[in-house]
Parts: sequence; C-alpha cells; structure tokens
Amino acid sequence: MGTGQVSTAQVSPGPAPAARPGADGGVEAAASPEAAAAAEPTPAIVTAGLTKRFRSGQLAVDGLDMLVPRGSVYGFLGPNGSGKTTTIRMLLGLVYPTQGSHALLGVPMPAGTVQVLPRVGSLVEGPAFYPQLSGWDNLARVDAADRTADPGTAKARISEALERVGLLAAKKKHYRAYSLGMKQRLAIAASLLQPRELIILDEPTNGLDPQGTREVRGLIREIATDGITVLVSSHLLAEVEQICTQVGVMRTGRLVFQGPLEELRARGAARIRVTTTDPTRAAEVLGKLGLADVAAADGDASATLGDQAPEQICRELVYAGVPVAGLDTPRPSLEELFVGLTGEGFDVDG
Amino acid sequence: MSTAELSAPRDGAPASAGGVALARQARPRNGVLTWLRLLGSELRLMFRRWRNLALLGVLVVLPVILGIGLRISMPHGGGGGGGDGPGASFFAQLAGNGVFLSFLALTILLTLVLPLVMAVVSGDSIAGEAGLGTLRYLLTVPAGRTRLLSVKYVAVVIFGLAACLLVSAVSLIMGAILFPIGPVTLLSGTTVSLADGLLRLLFVTLYVAAGMAALAAIGLAISTLTEHPIGAIAAVLVLAVASEVADNVAQFAVIHPYLPTHFWLSFDSLLRVPVDTTSLLHGLLSFGAYIVIFGSLAWARFTSADVTS
Repeated sequence: MGTGQVSTAQVSPGPAPAARPGADGGVEAAASPEAAAAAEPTPAIVTAGLTKRFRSGQLAVDGLDMLVPRGSVYGFLGPNGSGKTTTIRMLLGLVYPTQGSHALLGVPMPAGTVQVLPRVGSLVEGPAFYPQLSGWDNLARVDAADRTADPGTAKARISEALERVGLLAAKKKHYRAYSLGMKQRLAIAASLLQPRELIILDEPTNGLDPQGTREVRGLIREIATDGITVLVSSHLLAEVEQICTQVGVMRTGRLVFQGPLEELRARGAARIRVTTTDPTRAAEVLGKLGLADVAAADGDASATLGDQAPEQICRELVYAGVPVAGLDTPRPSLEELFVGLTGEGFDVDG
Repeated sequence: MSTAELSAPRDGAPASAGGVALARQARPRNGVLTWLRLLGSELRLMFRRWRNLALLGVLVVLPVILGIGLRISMPHGGGGGGGDGPGASFFAQLAGNGVFLSFLALTILLTLVLPLVMAVVSGDSIAGEAGLGTLRYLLTVPAGRTRLLSVKYVAVVIFGLAACLLVSAVSLIMGAILFPIGPVTLLSGTTVSLADGLLRLLFVTLYVAAGMAALAAIGLAISTLTEHPIGAIAAVLVLAVASEVADNVAQFAVIHPYLPTHFWLSFDSLLRVPVDTTSLLHGLLSFGAYIVIFGSLAWARFTSADVTS
C-alpha cells in the first residue's frame, strides 16, 4: 500500500500546519510537545507504524498510521479478520505492539495506561460480565476496579449510566438473564460510568436485531453530541455510514483508506450508462469520444464519464444512429467502494 | 507497586496539553483505599459464588462426619487406630480430649480436600476472568495489572485462611460435643491448660493456612498461563498430589525438603513441649520461598502477556 492512499494529513485538525509535510510526518508531529503546546487539541488517537506480529508468526496489524481527530465519530471499517480488534486491543494496552507507537488523548501508550485509560471508555469484542451478578452489581464491580472513581458517588453514577442505556428497570436482574441487546447496552453503560473524552466501541451492534442496532446507533449519536470522540469499529458499512464523520478502512492489517466520509464518497468516479438495443455500436461511439473503461453488455453499454458532459455524449450517440432508450450516470455506492477497497466477501487473506 | 503506578501521571509530560480539565477527572485517589475497595469487591465476588460456598460447605460437613464416625467406632475407655504419623497419634489422643478432633481433621483434609479448595480458587483467579472475558474489561478500566494480580492473590490467601479456620472451628465444636474437653495432654506427654491448647490450635491453623498460601502462589502462576480455568485448577491439584506422592517415596529423599507439600504436616511440633521451632521455621521458609518464586513468575507473565481472551 502506498502512503499516498492514506490521507492522514488532511484529516488532522490537531498538529500545526508546519508539521504536515505528508501523511507520515503529520503523525510524528502530533505526538510532539510543540503540537501539544498549540491551542488546538491533540488528536484523540494517533498511531505511528503500529504493528503486531503474533507469536504464531501471523502479522495481524502491519504498520498502521491512524489518526482520529478530537470530536469526530470515526468509523473503523474492515472485513472480519482484517485486524480491527487487534488494533483496538493495542490501543487499549491489552496487546503489546511488536513495532511502532501510539498515543491516546496525547498520552503515549502503553506507558500512560494508568493515566489515560480512566478518560477512555471501551467495549472490546462483545460484552463480558459475571453471569451470576445483577447488572447493577456488575457495574459496581467495574467501578471498584477504577482507582479514579469516587466510591461516594458510585451509586449515583451507576444509576445514571444504567438510566442512559435504558437498563435501570432491569438493574436487579442477573446478567445471564439479559438479552443480547441488554448485554451490549450494559457494556456501553460500563463505559459511561465516568466522564470520558474518548469512547472506543468494537462491533457494538454485533448480533443485535434491527431495533437493538437502532438503539445503539442512537446512543452513539447522543454520546457524540456531548463532544466525546467516538471510535466505532464495524464490518458493516451501512451502520457506520449513518453516524460517522471520519472513516478508516482496514484490509489484512493495513489501512487502505482514511479520511472524511465525503472524501471516500467522492472517490467513486461516475460512469455513463446507455440503455440501447445496439450496445456494440454504442460502445464504439463511447470509445471514439475518448471515454475510458468502455464496456458493452446485454442491453447497455457503459464507460467512465470523466469530465465530459452527458448531454453532449447523448447527442453524439443519436447522431451516430444508436437507438438510445435510456441514459444515466450512476455513481458507485459507498458499499461498492468499500468492497473495492477491502475485497470481495470470500477473499480471506491472512 | 501500586505506588509506582500511581506516580505515573507526573511524567507524561507531552501528554495532557489538550486537556487541562481532564487531569482533574483522572486524578488517582488514595492508593491504599482504592486497593482495599477492589479487594472488597473481589472478596464479595468470591464468597458469594455458589461453587466456592459449596466447597466451604464440604469443609463443614467433613469434620462433622469424621467426628461422628470416630465417636461411634471408638471402643470405651481407650483410643484406637494403627499406623504411624501425626494422624495416628492425634487419634490416640482424641479419646482423652475433643480438641484433637481439630488436629485430626486438619491433617486428614490436608491430604486432598484443602489442596482441592486452594486449587479451585487460585487456578480460577486469573484464568476464570480471562475465560469470562471480564479480564479485558478490568484491565481497560484500568485496574492495573500488578494491582489486580496482588488483589487476586491476597483474596485467595484470605479464602484459604477462612477455609482452614472453618475446619478448625467446626471440628472444635464437634469435638467439644462428642468428646471430653479440658486440659490438653500434648504429644510429648505434657499437659497444658485448655486455653494454651486452643492457642496452639490457632497457631497450627495459621501454619496450615501459610502452607495453603504457598500452594496458592503456584496456582496463581499457573492461572496466568491459560484462559481455561478448569485446566489451571486440574494442573494445580495434580501438582499438589504429585508432590505428596513424591514425598512418600523414600528413594526421592534428596528432593523431599524442596517439595511444596513436604512441610505441611510439620505443625505437629507445635503440639510438643518444648516446641521444635527448627522444623516450623524450615516450613515457613519453604512456604515463603514458594510464594516469592511463583509470585514473581505470575507477575512476570501477567504484566507482559497479551490479553487476547
């Protein structure tokens, strides 16, 4: 992967303009004291060449340069097995990188774990709690582990977190009796026990029914409107598309795209498609006009539109005697772009 | 260690520029109090778990059965029981004094049941959290790896102490009900007051608990190696039993003093006048060595391992 594909530099609101020679330079500068001294906030997450090779030899994450601006909702996309979860585990200090470095909220990790993680809420690879305890007791357990938590306010904070995810009525129910959606929401509640600046949610809607998915999506929107930076990973584009401002797309341990959602959308070049009974003739005309990627199919012909005006092309077609039954200029959907970046479904590499 | 971790926020120099307000929220509180809060949570979790309560229940039932069985089988006017070792001598003393039911119960349960209890709670300590997936949530709170490990170990040691005290207390009560109670004639033939005898029982119980703490350190180390609690529990138990077997094979005499279980029964020297402190100190030294070595192994492994469960 060429570094040119990763547009970290444009995304970054944080580092001073002078410190943005290129994608790689921007990452370096963001963690430097100079950048921190600037009035603009440091990015929520910066990684530089983050790499994880497991002892089995498997290269799970390969030289990741990731940048999550403050206040953004960052959609972390990629097919299953592309390294998203390993990346998130590294971000949170659960897995140690074999190479590279990263910082959360400007604090270098994993050295700053104790300092920075109290300001970071997270849900990693599905909810996990003690089945024999109630929802309330489970949150009390999480809170007891937090050395920055005030035991005096624990009850109020647990109530508030449960209230926020709509679980207050089920607070005395055993976790094992919770539905999957409730379990997922309890995990989100755990990440809301303390005031956070960054929330990392790994596949928060995995296994949820459409209602549950909507609920979680609403929650994420709500969290984001409070100014909290959210990183949400998913293998489902549709989910991310509706709530995210930034996207990072992973494939086999590498970031193949990073930037604002509109930028990804703009990448899709429009095509022109002519519906006709004579596709061969239509394709010929399109070729003569200098359009690229000309393709003739059964009942239509198409080509990349480029900067030519569709009405002009239409006129040329009609002059050439092509029976034009229809003409449109489709742009690829985000999903097509996504699949283009990450490969087709069964193409499990690595 | 927790002090070292607590001091970390000061040296994160380049960091907290973006968040002046944030430093306020993330300020660590009193290290000892927050450690105790986590220990309290751990103990609640441990003592409210049905499996652990069932184990404690077994430790109540067995001395009761033992006492009743011995009372029924005991011929009038004299102690019985053959063989050798401290068990046999305790048995001989039992007819004269119910306090010896406690020593007898501890001795018998030490061969299998108490090690089993310790294997379950210590083997489960880290592996259980890893298996449930709660370990990753505790660590991202962040609970702190060293801090969590220390809390886990202390909780297991407390559970072991509670188990030993329970065995002593229940069998003492049963002994008092089923057998005569009064001044205690020790193994050396000296008779001491009942209060002295009970004090000796307390020390014996604490000594046994120290031996269990050594086994718990081994269990903790094994528990950091896996995310399958059953595997860890089985490994600890197999290790304890193997050590006891090796300790009984005369040909292995040269390794006997290094076996983790070798000094477990040395508490019988507390039941003699004068007390043979050498064997007790050897025992405590052996337990201490096991705690230091396996505690360090557990720490080295747990603080460096990737948590992928």
